[in-house]
Amino acid sequence: MSDQATTLAPQFEGLAQQKESAIFGMWVFLVTEVMFFGGMFAGYTAYRYRFHEAFTAGSDHLNLLLGGVNTAVLILSSFTMAMAVHSAQLNRRRALIVFLVLTMLLGSTFLGIKAVEYSHKFHEHLLPGPAFQFEGADPQHAQLFFSFYFAMTGFHALHMVIGVALLAIMTWFAWRGRFSAEYYNPIEVSGLYWHFVDIVWIFLFPLLYLVGHHG
Amino acid sequence: MNAAPPAANAMPKVHYLNVDYGIRSWLFTIDHKRIALLYLGSITLFFVLGGLFATAIRLELLTPAGDLFESETYNKMFTMHGVVMIFFFLIPSIPATLGNFLVPMMIGARDLAFPRINLLSWYIYTLGGLFTLFAILSGGVDTGWTFYTPYSSTYSNTNVMATAVGVFILGFSSILTGFNFIITIHKMRAPGLTWFRLPLFIWAHYATSVIMILGTPVVAIAIALVGLERLFHIGIFNPALGGDPVLFQHLFWFYSHPAVYIMILPSMGVISEIVCCFSRKKIFGYSFVAFSSIAIALLGFLVWGHHMFVSSQSMYAGMVFSILSFLVAIPSAVKVFNWTATMYKGSVMYNAPMLYAMGFIGLFTMGGLTGLFLSTLATDVHLHDTYFVVAHFHYIMVGGALMGYLGGIHFWWPKISGRLYPEAWARFSALIIFVGFNLTFFPQFILGYLGMPRRYHAYPPEFQVLNVMSTAGASILAVGYAIPLIYLFWSLRYGPAAGPNPWQAKGLEWQTSSPPPTHNFPETPVVTEEAYEYYPGAEAERV
Repeated sequence: MSDQATTLAPQFEGLAQQKESAIFGMWVFLVTEVMFFGGMFAGYTAYRYRFHEAFTAGSDHLNLLLGGVNTAVLILSSFTMAMAVHSAQLNRRRALIVFLVLTMLLGSTFLGIKAVEYSHKFHEHLLPGPAFQFEGADPQHAQLFFSFYFAMTGFHALHMVIGVALLAIMTWFAWRGRFSAEYYNPIEVSGLYWHFVDIVWIFLFPLLYLVGHHG
Repeated sequence: MNAAPPAANAMPKVHYLNVDYGIRSWLFTIDHKRIALLYLGSITLFFVLGGLFATAIRLELLTPAGDLFESETYNKMFTMHGVVMIFFFLIPSIPATLGNFLVPMMIGARDLAFPRINLLSWYIYTLGGLFTLFAILSGGVDTGWTFYTPYSSTYSNTNVMATAVGVFILGFSSILTGFNFIITIHKMRAPGLTWFRLPLFIWAHYATSVIMILGTPVVAIAIALVGLERLFHIGIFNPALGGDPVLFQHLFWFYSHPAVYIMILPSMGVISEIVCCFSRKKIFGYSFVAFSSIAIALLGFLVWGHHMFVSSQSMYAGMVFSILSFLVAIPSAVKVFNWTATMYKGSVMYNAPMLYAMGFIGLFTMGGLTGLFLSTLATDVHLHDTYFVVAHFHYIMVGGALMGYLGGIHFWWPKISGRLYPEAWARFSALIIFVGFNLTFFPQFILGYLGMPRRYHAYPPEFQVLNVMSTAGASILAVGYAIPLIYLFWSLRYGPAAGPNPWQAKGLEWQTSSPPPTHNFPETPVVTEEAYEYYPGAEAERV
């Protein structure tokens, strides 16, 4: 019970109530995230319907290979994250730390590849603004496609950065031995967040990369 | 009849206010009651600031000529009045103060589920407030509180960016508050406190929280995209880059219409509590009142298009939005009828909170009914962007939300401070506010109907009489707001001790001492009856 005194916050009646609140809290938070991205998805859908040709032409300029590799990297990171939660449940501290670090590495790989893609777009003058150049029938609306591309992947990347930082803190806590089989709420909750950010990409990838002809 | 307490009500020796002194014990507190007071202080400051802008507007409109301010300055005045009052006063008003204080107490919990997140929400609020203050002090912003593109994203040369960042940051404090309430209400209710025994204040806050977490992220992304547009020239709302400014209006109103219900629903919760207590009766139709809150929250998300009847949305979309807007009137009317039915044959006591509640019922009804004029397509084309709209939403937001807020502050003041406010002064100022409010805003219905547009600093001379009435009313209103500010401070020191339950009210918050101890209840209470059992069995007798 001495353990419980350090991990149970005073407003809760017991560890079970605390855990339920933490997990339910993360789900509610993810609902707000769905709405946050939802605004952009809704706008994207409306414009893609209206300017279908321009959007497919814009999509043709995305690098399917890099996008595909990144999708694989993220799915793999979701697996290592799930393994981290599993290790926490079984009280395997070393495995927990290893899987957290692996997840962070995969997340950073994703961000690295994303940065390479961004720099390609920059050199190809596909950044919306005065320098934008596009060979095609409807450059104005292709530019709109790239506005969405940068806004949506940019906010997703920001969430990835926050996720990696979160996992770094979790690794530190795990290193200090703060978690046990009874108390690993922060790991579980971080896992939910990480999976959510992955799922956002699972929607972004087909919407942005796969609408084109890529002929 | 006065619910005067027995004279010998001693204050408890140790309570949440005197458990610790010093600035650090406030700035680092995680006690929901202290955080509520931090919010109370901050929103009062912003209320005064917003009031100053309102004063400037009413002074300018005293005469037909635009003689006090340049039109550009006037644009800034009404913009900042709107931004400050809506985002920094009305949206946090009841949830962040009374809600923060009472949600855990009413459900018999020791605190909210996430006390640190609660404190974080106040810091986020403060940070957002500082950005906005910076924007105001360094020249102001003139886009209107709605930030419509492309003016806000491309043309305005004022501090749009700082204001937008302020509002964006502020949104997160609102999200965190709603988030905390939802988890707390779901997971931390005292034993025996089932959903249908909850006070209606809790139902109202639950509905409000749902709007906060579903709506606020959407306005956050809309404002963030405006920011990206100003900074990086992406063009989602910019026609020159292929975008569409009307998309911004859709995203903005998807939040900002439900935001009206963020402001009014908590007020409705307060009114339910007050009406039952001062009528000494159980609420009429508990489940109808409870579900009407949920219905308002959900329907509120389907009506945003009624702000856009004249901004190029299709006529058929307009018709659908018009019908859906009419539907919101149903749960709103359910509440008004049920409060009235609760008062019917009750032992009504005219204490200050009840005066505010009765004021609310009347003014909200006026505001709601004039809303039907505006949700009718054809009349809206005539009334759109006139003072009729201004009067309508002030009846809801000031006549409704603010009256409820003041009523609630008076009702729970003995619980918050442990002391009674001076009843005679409170009744007097409630009356002054009611009179001043109607004198300010009723003439604006007529002005709008006659065609005076909003957001201009000059107007034709034939509108002057009504405008002078409105400005006179605003000065009475200002006096009405100043009086409670003075006597509430006065009562902190000189008010008689209130005792745990000066109104003989039901509800868990009245079962503990006033002011309550840090963890609210010495022991977790057990609930064995429904809410508002003022006279057990009275319901059956009446039937």
